[in-house]
Amino acid sequence: MRFVLEKRPAPSRLMLGLTPILAVIATMLAGGVMFWALGANPVEAIRTIFVDPLFDPTFASYSRPQLLVKAAPLILIAIGLSLGFRAGIWNIGAEGQYIIGAVVGAGVGLAFYPTESRLVFPAMVLAGAFGGWVWAMIPALLKTRLGTNEILVSLMLVYVAENILASVASGLLKNPEGRGFPGSRNFARDYPAASNLELLPGTGMHWGVIAAFIAVIAAYVLMTRHKMGFAIRLTGEAPRAARFAGVNPTRLVVFSLGMAGALAGMAGLFEVSGPAGQISIDFGSGYGFTAIIVAFLGRLHPIGILLAGLLMALTYIGGELAQLMLGMPAAAIQLFQGMLLFFLLAMDVFANYRIRLKTREAA
Amino acid sequence: MNLFKTLAVGAALAAGLAGTATAQDTTKVGFIYVGPIGDGGWTYEHNKARLAVEEHFGDAVETVYQESVPEGADAERAITQMALSGADLIFTTSFGFMDATVAVAEKFPDVKFEHATGYKTADNLAVYSARFYEGRAVQGTIAGHLTDSNIVGYIASYPIPEVIRGINSAYIHAKKVNPDVEFKIIWAYTWFDPAKEADAAKALIEQGADVILQHTDSTAPQAAAAEAGNVYTFGQASDMSEYAPMPRVSSIIDDWAPYYIERVQAVIDGTWETADTWDGIGPGMVGIGEISDAVPAEVKAEALALKDAIASGEYHPFTGPLNKQDGSAWLAEGETADDGTLLGMDFYVEGIEGEIPN
Repeated sequence: MRFVLEKRPAPSRLMLGLTPILAVIATMLAGGVMFWALGANPVEAIRTIFVDPLFDPTFASYSRPQLLVKAAPLILIAIGLSLGFRAGIWNIGAEGQYIIGAVVGAGVGLAFYPTESRLVFPAMVLAGAFGGWVWAMIPALLKTRLGTNEILVSLMLVYVAENILASVASGLLKNPEGRGFPGSRNFARDYPAASNLELLPGTGMHWGVIAAFIAVIAAYVLMTRHKMGFAIRLTGEAPRAARFAGVNPTRLVVFSLGMAGALAGMAGLFEVSGPAGQISIDFGSGYGFTAIIVAFLGRLHPIGILLAGLLMALTYIGGELAQLMLGMPAAAIQLFQGMLLFFLLAMDVFANYRIRLKTREAA
Repeated sequence: MNLFKTLAVGAALAAGLAGTATAQDTTKVGFIYVGPIGDGGWTYEHNKARLAVEEHFGDAVETVYQESVPEGADAERAITQMALSGADLIFTTSFGFMDATVAVAEKFPDVKFEHATGYKTADNLAVYSARFYEGRAVQGTIAGHLTDSNIVGYIASYPIPEVIRGINSAYIHAKKVNPDVEFKIIWAYTWFDPAKEADAAKALIEQGADVILQHTDSTAPQAAAAEAGNVYTFGQASDMSEYAPMPRVSSIIDDWAPYYIERVQAVIDGTWETADTWDGIGPGMVGIGEISDAVPAEVKAEALALKDAIASGEYHPFTGPLNKQDGSAWLAEGETADDGTLLGMDFYVEGIEGEIPN
C-alpha cells in the first residue's frame, strides 16, 4: 500500500484557495518547532508575530498603522508584477525600477527645493512612475527587438540601479548641508511640500497606501473587464491560442513590463518622500524582491495580493517585535518568512495533484 | 511529547505574560544594531559592551537589542517600538540611523537617546564616536613596514568622512616609514557582507597587495588572506584574534563598554545630559590589539611608541606639513587638524591615487 500523486486535469480551485491558509498553518507549526529549539516559548513567539502587532495594548496603536506603511509598497509593486507574471513575462527587476523611480522622483523634487508649491509632489509622483517605466522599458525593448531574456536583463539592471543610487546619494543628490555625509535632504523633515506624510495622524495612511488600494481595484477591473486583461490571461494559459486570437505579444510585453515599472517607480517615490525620508545609499531595502513573493503568495490575483501584502507586513513587524521582546535572532525571523514561501510552493502539489492511495503493489 | 508539553505550558503562560510590566526600579537600556551580533566586528563589539553593562549593573538594568536593522524606514519603526516597550535609554549604533533617531527622540522626550557616529543632537539625544583614525595611524605604520610589494589594499565601506579619515591616516603613516608605498582602495558599499568583502580582498591580492586594511566588519577578508598566504591583515572593530598571528598581525578594537556604563549610570543617577563625545586611544575607546610575532620586534616597538604618543596627546595623527590630493596646502609645518575639518573630511591627502566616489 502506498500513496501516489496523480496529476489533476486542471488545478483544483478549492485547493488553490485553501493552500495559502494551509501554508500559513504549516509555517506556524514548523516555525513553532524552530522557536522552541531556540529556547523560546513557541506559542508566545507565534502570538508575538501574528497577534501582538494587531492587539497588544503597548504596541498595537503604533504597529497597526505601520502594517499599511510596510504593506503599501509591497502591494503596489506586486500588482504590477502580477500582470506580467500572468502572461508569462518575468520581470525580476522590480527592485531596480523601485530605486530608479525614487531617484528620478526625488531628483525632480530636490531640483525645486525649497518650493512651497503644492504641484511639486504630484510632479514627483509622475517623475517616479516615469523613472520606473523607463527602467522597465530597457528589458522590454531588448526582449521585443533582440529577443533577449527579460529575467536576466531586468535582474542585472537592479545592480546597475544600486550603483546609480550609491552614486547620486554621495554626489548629485547629496544634501549640501549634510557635512559631507552621503544622503539627500530629508523630505519628511525638511521639505514639507514634497513630503509624503500621514494624511491623518496615527493612521499610517499616506499617498502610497491610497495608490496601492487604487492599483488593486484597477488591476481587478483590468483583469476581469478589459480586453488587455483577457489577452494577458489567454497568453499565460495558452500562448498559441492567444496568437491565433490576434494578441500582439510585443504590445503585451511593453504593456506589462511598463506597468510593473511605473508602479514600482511610484512605490519608490512614495517611500523615499515619506517613510524612508531621503535618498541614501541603502535606500533599496529589497521591497522589489519581496514583492515577487507577495505576488505569488496572493496567487497573482489583485485581492489575493492585497491580503498577501498585509500578511507579509505582519510577519515583518511581528518579527521585529519577536526580536525585541523575546530576543529572537534576526536570522530566525528571516527563516520563518522563508518557510512561508516554501510551504506555499510545496502546498501547490495539492492543487495540481490528487493524492491517491494505491493498494496494489506496483511492479 | 516534550514539545507538546511545552506548547501546553506555553499556552497557559502566554496569557499571564502579556500583562507583565517591568519593575519600576529597573532601568531598561535598548540597543539598535545595524549588523548581526555575530558579525565578529562592529556590532559584535557593541553587543559585548551591552553584556558588560548587564554584568556591571546586574539586576538594576535590563537590556534589550534588535540586530540587523536596515537603515531607513525600518529603523524608525524599530527604535519607536523599543521606546514604546519602556526603554529609558536607547543606543543606535550606526550612522545611517541618524534621522530616524532624531525623529523618534522628538516623539519621546522622556527617553534618552545616544546615536553613534552622527552629528545631530537634541536635549534628549547625545552623539558619540571614537577617533578610529588614531588606530589607523598605528596600523599604517605597521603596514608600511610589512609590505614587500609596496602595495597596501584597503577595503573601504562608504565614502563618508569617518572612512576617508581612516584611509588618510593610514596612508600618511605608511608613507612616513615607506616612501614607496601605494594604496589601492576598493569601495564595498557595505558595512557587513562577507561575500563582497571576500571578493574585494581577493581582487586586492590579485592586484599585488600584500597588506590588507579593512573598514568593513566581517572576518571574510582575514579568511581570504589566510587562503592566499603571505598577506597581512588587521582586525577591524573587534580583535579578530582567531586569525592571529597570521594573517592578522594587529587590530583596532572599539571598546564601548566604559562609555556605555558611564551613560547608563548617568541615567540611573538622573544626571544624564546630552553630549558630543569623541574619544580615542587615550580614554580607552580605541584599543590596539596585540601585535603578533609576525611583526618584527623593532616595528612593533615603533608602533607601540606611536600609540603611546597619541594616547598622551603628545602627537596628533594629522600634523603638518600635509597637502591635499590636488597638491593644495592643507596643514602647515607643525599645525594639527581641527576636529571640524576632520569630522567633515571629504578629500584625500597628497599621494593617494584615485578619486573618492560620488
